[in-house]
Amino acid sequence: MVMASGWTPATPVRTGSMSMAQSPLSGQSLAVLSALLEARTGQQIASHRSTRVDTVLLPLMRERRIDTLDQLVCAVLDGRDPQLAGRVIDALVNCETSFFRDPHVFDNIVEAVAEVEREGRRARIWSAGCSTGQEPLSLAMMFADRQQTQGRPMPEIVATDVSEAAIARARSGCYTQFEVQRGLPIRQLVRWFEGRPGNEWVARPELLRPISFRQMNLTIDPAPSGQFDLVLCRNVMLYFAPDPKERAFRTLAGAMRDTGLLILGAGETVMGQTDLFQLASVGRGMYRKSAAPDPVFRA
Amino acid sequence: MKTCLVVDDSKVIRKVARHILETLDLQVREAGDGREALEACLEDIPDVILLDWNMPVMSGMDFLRALRDANLARRPRIVFCTTENGMAHIRAAIDAGADEYIMKPFDRDTLESKLQLVGMI
Repeated sequence: MVMASGWTPATPVRTGSMSMAQSPLSGQSLAVLSALLEARTGQQIASHRSTRVDTVLLPLMRERRIDTLDQLVCAVLDGRDPQLAGRVIDALVNCETSFFRDPHVFDNIVEAVAEVEREGRRARIWSAGCSTGQEPLSLAMMFADRQQTQGRPMPEIVATDVSEAAIARARSGCYTQFEVQRGLPIRQLVRWFEGRPGNEWVARPELLRPISFRQMNLTIDPAPSGQFDLVLCRNVMLYFAPDPKERAFRTLAGAMRDTGLLILGAGETVMGQTDLFQLASVGRGMYRKSAAPDPVFRA
Repeated sequence: MKTCLVVDDSKVIRKVARHILETLDLQVREAGDGREALEACLEDIPDVILLDWNMPVMSGMDFLRALRDANLARRPRIVFCTTENGMAHIRAAIDAGADEYIMKPFDRDTLESKLQLVGMI
């Protein structure tokens, strides 16, 4: 068992004004958390390099008045609070994202969608691992602009994430002042969002309407139905162990048209990860399905 | 190296902004109000101006009008940076020629993102 770097074994947790004595998190408890995370999401705790397991669980522990990580793990295991495991997962999953992340990717997407439309079809896009929704909302904004200025159709956008909490927030379209100031041009904020008291910004219903959100574990669950022309799966695969990663790639490949494109994160590649995809010549970080090497049909 | 003029009557805000901007490889000058900012611009036009709204002597909006009247050889990018966080203020700033708008409080990510949006980094 490899521990997350930045892990601190003993974590003081404050409940109200009381500082409680704590016991160090046992290896057993960490094993339980690791197994839970991997079973529910395919992700590994060791891969959460930027995340301190104790820090991310603190708010949940405060809310449930649980004093130590060991007690939290016990509470998960005794099963009296059926929602607790899900909440632990939501806290452990990295939700890092921003509007128009890696802007050049969005130029590539517009071109890919135009290519699909030249074939006489409306494009279908899957944002796989959409976190709190900034990626699909960025797509919706971009294509709504295009619809208005060029009269082109709005692609169908499906957005999924393993975290129930992240999907719920994506669906609500509610963002903090900090979130709407990362990557989102101010004119887009004015056009597509409404300010609410408490420095909260809410996406207009017409922006959310073309997107269908759903909770989904890429390593276990079936893909959304139909064939996609474009799949965005950015900074998701890096959290998976080899086996779940292969299953996730298989799920993505199975949901894509043969001409479809897969877009991974800026630092990601398929090289040495899977044989199901190969680099596409159209743009950096874009991949196509490999031709299926099916021995039955080979002469 | 791109140059940024930080215009804010708060010395603390100027210091924080300067620190972040310098780590983003911008050369920083400071002004405590709109009048000082205008003088700084006439002396040497910055690439981008981080502009507070409410300041003594000359406000951010009055500065923008004065800047327009000054007919500089080139127009600096304007990024408002203010506690005025309502939609009406944001619209007014855009109408007055602001390129971007930062709602205080801001952090490094905010500043970095907004500078990227105006092509400064």
